[in-house]
Amino acid sequence: MKRSNWTYCAFVLPAFLFYALFMLYPLITSLGLSFFSWNGYGAKTFVGFDNFVTLFTNPAYSERFFGALKNNTLFFLYTIVLQNGIALLLAAFVNMRRMRGMKFFRSIFFIPCTLSIIVVGYIWTLIYNPLWGPLNFGLNAVGLSALKQPWLGSEKTALIAVAVANAWQYTGTPMIMLLAGMQAIPDELYEAADLDGAGAWKQFWKLTFPLIAPVMFIISTIVFVSNYSAFEIIYAMVGSTGSPNYATDILGTFFYRICFGQRLGLQPNMGVGAAIATCMFLIIGVGVVLWFRYYGKDSEL
Amino acid sequence: MKKVVNVKKHRKIDVKILCVYVILTLYTLYTLYPIFLMIITSMKANLEIMKNPTGLPQTFSFQGYITLFQKENFARYFANSAFVTIVSSLILLVVSILLAYALSRYLSRMSTFLYFFFLAGMMIPLRLGLLSLNDLLNSMGLIDNLWGLVFIYVAQNIPFTMFLLTGFIKMIPTSMEEVAYIDGANTWQVLWKVIVPLIKPAIATTVVYNFIPIWNDVFFPLIFISSKPNRTLIQAVTLFFGQYATNWNLVFAALTVACVPVIVVYICCSKYLIKGMMAGALKG
Repeated sequence: MKRSNWTYCAFVLPAFLFYALFMLYPLITSLGLSFFSWNGYGAKTFVGFDNFVTLFTNPAYSERFFGALKNNTLFFLYTIVLQNGIALLLAAFVNMRRMRGMKFFRSIFFIPCTLSIIVVGYIWTLIYNPLWGPLNFGLNAVGLSALKQPWLGSEKTALIAVAVANAWQYTGTPMIMLLAGMQAIPDELYEAADLDGAGAWKQFWKLTFPLIAPVMFIISTIVFVSNYSAFEIIYAMVGSTGSPNYATDILGTFFYRICFGQRLGLQPNMGVGAAIATCMFLIIGVGVVLWFRYYGKDSEL
Repeated sequence: MKKVVNVKKHRKIDVKILCVYVILTLYTLYTLYPIFLMIITSMKANLEIMKNPTGLPQTFSFQGYITLFQKENFARYFANSAFVTIVSSLILLVVSILLAYALSRYLSRMSTFLYFFFLAGMMIPLRLGLLSLNDLLNSMGLIDNLWGLVFIYVAQNIPFTMFLLTGFIKMIPTSMEEVAYIDGANTWQVLWKVIVPLIKPAIATTVVYNFIPIWNDVFFPLIFISSKPNRTLIQAVTLFFGQYATNWNLVFAALTVACVPVIVVYICCSKYLIKGMMAGALKG
């Protein structure tokens, strides 16, 4: 490019304006809003850390907040185990030597990732339906009717049922990433391992796994960030109240109720809502920083 | 002796491979069954959904689909989603190409700073800024306006698009541009006539990769779009579910319609999509 500052500015400016105005500005000022009290329309008054104090100590909020935090953490752990565990297994299988049809399986397993979360949530709501859902129906048919459950209606199973639906949708993404990582490993390393007499199992844990560990790490940070900002899957499957009895209430649904609860007949409290968003930001920030340190290291300009 | 060992070893591997195929096939069925279920449910009468939830319908009925388009105005929602997705993809592409070109060809500390400045947004969910975004759109008169969604999606997707395009442009040797400059072309012409044709595969990847989440998003429409004629397709499906909770075949017809565009895009462009995916996994 010719060294003209005007051209440079003209090229950078459009993207900068969109990004600064609709992304950076709302994100930063939202953090600031947690120090103000207002109901969404009237004037804002500065209240310092009052919103945080309310959130953490007023039982009307704190009970739900810590409950949502706990559920969110469980949701994250279930997802990591289900989604990454299955993805690792599938990628290892598909990547096996002498396996054919790698591209076929890869493209099938990725299909659910392209669907809207809402669509996935509703399909699984049907699958879990206690009366005529295919899951209970199927359990009946194979003589396991003792295992029948109101999957989304019971406090014990609701959150894990949602996590299964979520993992069904997103297993394809980590699988493709892991597969890409596995294929980047040179064949010579496996040949050398063959010569040393290492079996497939040993090769996987001693050779493949350490080399794809960075990909696993990146995937986990992405899952972390998306799970702690999740909302739609819960909204679609059990509604924004996190029913039954708040067993599926996570930070995203709690935040939605506090800020936009007028649709559910609740009194909105924007200040506390902003405080929740700030807490989510701090939690998610950990994931973002870990991700950024990894990505930033080598992608220098 | 040697031969026997070989045969034995070969058979053992075959059994193992067979087991793996069985597992992968079972997982394929597990992946496809819910989608199959959605489609068959959309063609069943309500009574049949309850009596025979798992199998094919006895008679295929398209009544749900007819109702959607004749009575429920789904063509309008479809057009709204198409407008938002296409317009935001186009704006996104133009601003990101300009940005990526400037950052990868005008090397300076400013460019390095801007690169990380934009990259930082790749992982931060914009929904955390929802309250201020609400105020901002309100003051700009963009609440209940499809343009509000367009601007949100453009801003949100600049980081990834910039990241991918910058990586590609940096791989192109500058000699081609120098020839064009000697021939008297200006920066603008060089960008669109020399660079853009060379990064077409990267552009296709970003378009497909951005298309799907923009089309599928329900979070921002749910918050910012209130009037019925402005609803996006996925939003309409969501609100439809509450309204017709008992009319499952209609709801599932709506879900199926909402999936058609992404499935078509996926079938046509899965190559590009998977490339975008892998760019996220492996640096550069």
